[in-house]
Amino acid sequence: MHEWALADGIIATALDYAKKNGANEIEEVVVVLGELQDIEREIVEFALTEMKKGTNAKNAKFIFEVEKAKFRCRNCGYEWGLESSKNLNKEIRENIHFVPEVVHSFLTCPACGSRDFEVVSGRGLYIREMKVK
Amino acid sequence: MDPRLKGIELKMKDVGRIIPVVSGKGGVGKSLISTTTALLLSEKGHRVGLLDLDFHGASDHLILGVKPREIPGEDKGVIPPLVHRVKFMSIVYYTQNHPLPMRGSEISDALIEIMAITRWDTLDFLIIDMPPGLGEQLLDLLRFIPRGEFLVVTTPSPLSLNVVGKLLSLLKEGNKRIVGLIENMSNDKNKGYTKHPYEKMQVSYIGEISMDDNIDNAIGNVKKILSTKFTRELREIIEKIEISEARPQ
Repeated sequence: MHEWALADGIIATALDYAKKNGANEIEEVVVVLGELQDIEREIVEFALTEMKKGTNAKNAKFIFEVEKAKFRCRNCGYEWGLESSKNLNKEIRENIHFVPEVVHSFLTCPACGSRDFEVVSGRGLYIREMKVK
Repeated sequence: MDPRLKGIELKMKDVGRIIPVVSGKGGVGKSLISTTTALLLSEKGHRVGLLDLDFHGASDHLILGVKPREIPGEDKGVIPPLVHRVKFMSIVYYTQNHPLPMRGSEISDALIEIMAITRWDTLDFLIIDMPPGLGEQLLDLLRFIPRGEFLVVTTPSPLSLNVVGKLLSLLKEGNKRIVGLIENMSNDKNKGYTKHPYEKMQVSYIGEISMDDNIDNAIGNVKKILSTKFTRELREIIEKIEISEARPQ
């Protein structure tokens, strides 16, 4: 599961942030999951529970928020979401799950057909907020 | 905060020498040199990884004869498939051979993602095939892999020399390690032509490879590649890389 690799990064980033700010304990971490990457929240959560043991994040609460994917065409300005991207089958979704940028290999603008579009929101995973003490 | 950046550090911690193969100029043979270098190092018993970061012109899989039909397996990260004893990672596993148009920040994001999820585990060498130019991939590597030892490829063409000169300046300014300069596609008239232009920059010239008219016939067949004149000449250069730990220049 590559969710473990992502969870690894979350823990390491949180511990590093706490250390740099002279904190001994991480209380809360808000993790945003982009809809496009389609990360399995339960696996990330399980991985974090295992990885935080014996660290300064051992009592940390991990809060997850899902961010809707939104695309904007650079050619014509049209905006759309995943719900109107019907040609993404399971195999393609899996490709995007690993490297979200390959969405440019499979999606075109529904209005003008261009592949030159921007992922405005909901790309992947990031840490929005952290509380330490 | 982007947790992937720490992820890159973790994934690279057991990787020995990291050698990005760069040029600045396209069409000088970076992919063939990267791929064959990985094969030769592996042949010598080293644990080797090969990462194709030339997203728009990915071609290492063609050289190796890989048909990326299935995505790589996972186990707490992505496991790069073993191809001729080389751990091989490329974006082509995920594009199903479709075009992949991307702009600046998207290229960076794809690079960061791949580097953060790929589990190389313990390697002696990681060879990175870089795209031409001084764009995202190069700048990102300078930022994320400060210990990279750059292998610079040029041809004797004045057009290549000019661009490679700029790349070398950039690497020197940043006090980056340069493992050496290779002159590729030499012929009897211009062989060794690139030996002197960069002497002032104290870049180590580690050899030339003659133009091999038959190399295209070997693409996709590793056994054939390893028996070409190109590989025979590269083998001598690789030995120099293997024994010389590059120092900051």
